[in-house]
Amino acid sequence: MTESAITIENLTKQFEDKTALENLNLQVTKGELFGLLGPNGAGKTTTINILCGLIKPTSGTAKVCGYDVQKETLKVKELIGVCTQETAIYPYLTGAENLELFGNLNGMNKKALKERSKMLLNKLGLVEDAKRIAAKYSGGMKRRLSLSLALIHDPQVLFLDEPTVAMDPQSRHAVWDFIKEQKTQGKTIILTTHYMEEAEELCDRIGIIDHGKLIALDAPKELIAQSRVKNLEELFIKLTGRTIREEA
Amino acid sequence: MKLQRVSSLVKKELKKTIREPAVLFMIFLFPIVFVFAFGASFGGVGGSQTITYNIGVVNMDHGYSVNASQILLTTLSDTKILNIHIYADNQIAQNDLSQGIVQAVMVIPRDFSQSLASYQAAPDNPSQWTNATVALYLDRGSLVATQAVPPIIQQALTTITDQNQQAPQSPIQMETASLVEVKTTSALDFIAPGMFTFASIFLIMMVAQSFTQDRENGMMKRIRISPTTPTEFMSSQIISYMGIALIQAALVFAMTYALGFRPNVGMLTYAFVFILVLIFSLSNVGFGLITATIAKSSGAATGLSFLFVLPQLFLGTFVGASLSSGAQVAGKFVPSYYVTDALTSLFLRGAAITSPTLLLDIAAVSVSCIAILAIGIVLYAKYYKI
Repeated sequence: MTESAITIENLTKQFEDKTALENLNLQVTKGELFGLLGPNGAGKTTTINILCGLIKPTSGTAKVCGYDVQKETLKVKELIGVCTQETAIYPYLTGAENLELFGNLNGMNKKALKERSKMLLNKLGLVEDAKRIAAKYSGGMKRRLSLSLALIHDPQVLFLDEPTVAMDPQSRHAVWDFIKEQKTQGKTIILTTHYMEEAEELCDRIGIIDHGKLIALDAPKELIAQSRVKNLEELFIKLTGRTIREEA
Repeated sequence: MKLQRVSSLVKKELKKTIREPAVLFMIFLFPIVFVFAFGASFGGVGGSQTITYNIGVVNMDHGYSVNASQILLTTLSDTKILNIHIYADNQIAQNDLSQGIVQAVMVIPRDFSQSLASYQAAPDNPSQWTNATVALYLDRGSLVATQAVPPIIQQALTTITDQNQQAPQSPIQMETASLVEVKTTSALDFIAPGMFTFASIFLIMMVAQSFTQDRENGMMKRIRISPTTPTEFMSSQIISYMGIALIQAALVFAMTYALGFRPNVGMLTYAFVFILVLIFSLSNVGFGLITATIAKSSGAATGLSFLFVLPQLFLGTFVGASLSSGAQVAGKFVPSYYVTDALTSLFLRGAAITSPTLLLDIAAVSVSCIAILAIGIVLYAKYYKI
């Protein structure tokens, strides 16, 4: 039996008069690259925020590597890495200092931090600019640095919330390669994206979420075949009645 | 609590202070430039609203054919400017002076009446006079007292010896050692304690901006996702800003020292002053957190922070030294007032660290600062999570 990295059972989140998630059930196995798709406001970020322990669900449970996100939040935080939608970096620190800070916040020892930092800067093409203040980076470099901050402590589970947004095609493909490499290392990856080709290229399975409900769940090719559409973009429109970039 | 996390966040905060030009200016350069400009150009308080002074009197006069000391006291009371408090013991009077309870202490010597009688018996023959000296001790923490009280007493002495202004001599001399000392230094001495308090007040703005900016750019979320606990995060912020306050105090001290401020105190007092500034910085972190809770953006935080900066600045530091008596009463509701008062007692009045007034100031500063910090943390955590 495959081991579950993420288990979501009957998860509901109510924000005053709006239901962001409604009885969501989902399992992601260890080592799987899972794409969570949906229009803006569909509930993707709410799901990730609950799994990261940032917000509490109204009802239901969520577990990461067997740890309850509400009861064992600190343990969950040690296991996960999150690349947020925002380019979240400290602009007044250098790239290397940003990595050092988050390595320290994740309790890494000096040697491991130095090695991991060097590897990430190298993989994401930031070595030459490692000692420059991040405020002077280009938009793409900032996004790559933001991604590397999520990976500094070598987390078992990665949440990548639109990791390639605002990147040029070259940077995007470099990040894709990096994500694939993470998968080969046995990492579990939850990817949210607005780029359908990105989901098709990278994901083992995708889940389409709309109005807080999971409306489709399978491998991209299976879903396309079942729905008799050309690609994920068409499938998305067929299922939600909207393009992915439209507001919910 | 993991020290590794706290220290790395403290380092990050200090790097921010040094590397962000706006922060560097507001935290360090602005107070220094302001202190320099104010210290170099401030010439006196002017326009004071205070119209009465409390004067302690130690009357050692034995009396003679006339009770001259009683006449002197009546003359002083008639001025309606001085409130006379009689002390049986000079030590108690000096103690009250050091705590700012009275603004001056006058010691009337035992041969005061005899001296006056000798003068009246032979006004034109100084060789027949019995000389006497009235000692006057002044509150060196009060520019107004040092300027206003001696002329009033001198005028009263002149009146009772019935001298006209042309009279070259008198058997009764007034000795104002404290005043002589004050006159050798600049008005900077009087405003320096408030300057120490002043520098740290702008932390309010910096804390508010820092928290709102981190919220806006997603860094607060990123830190919350890491295993950093709220206690570790808050501790790092408090330590960082206390460290910044310490550097500010050291820079302000260096600047005031360069301008001529030389308080006659020992190392222990200096250490105590810096501890007081550190405690005071807690209230500024607290006010900063309250501002960050109210403000929706870093821009709004800058504006809103003045709600706390201005009262602290005008009611509790040197800036408000010559405000109306009403404003001075209002000052008692801001922590900076007690810090400035305590520093004034230490630097200028020569009060001991254990003196009751100082202990009261320290208690007021500590309790209010910790309470404000606690309110700030609770409010921020309630609305934004840490």
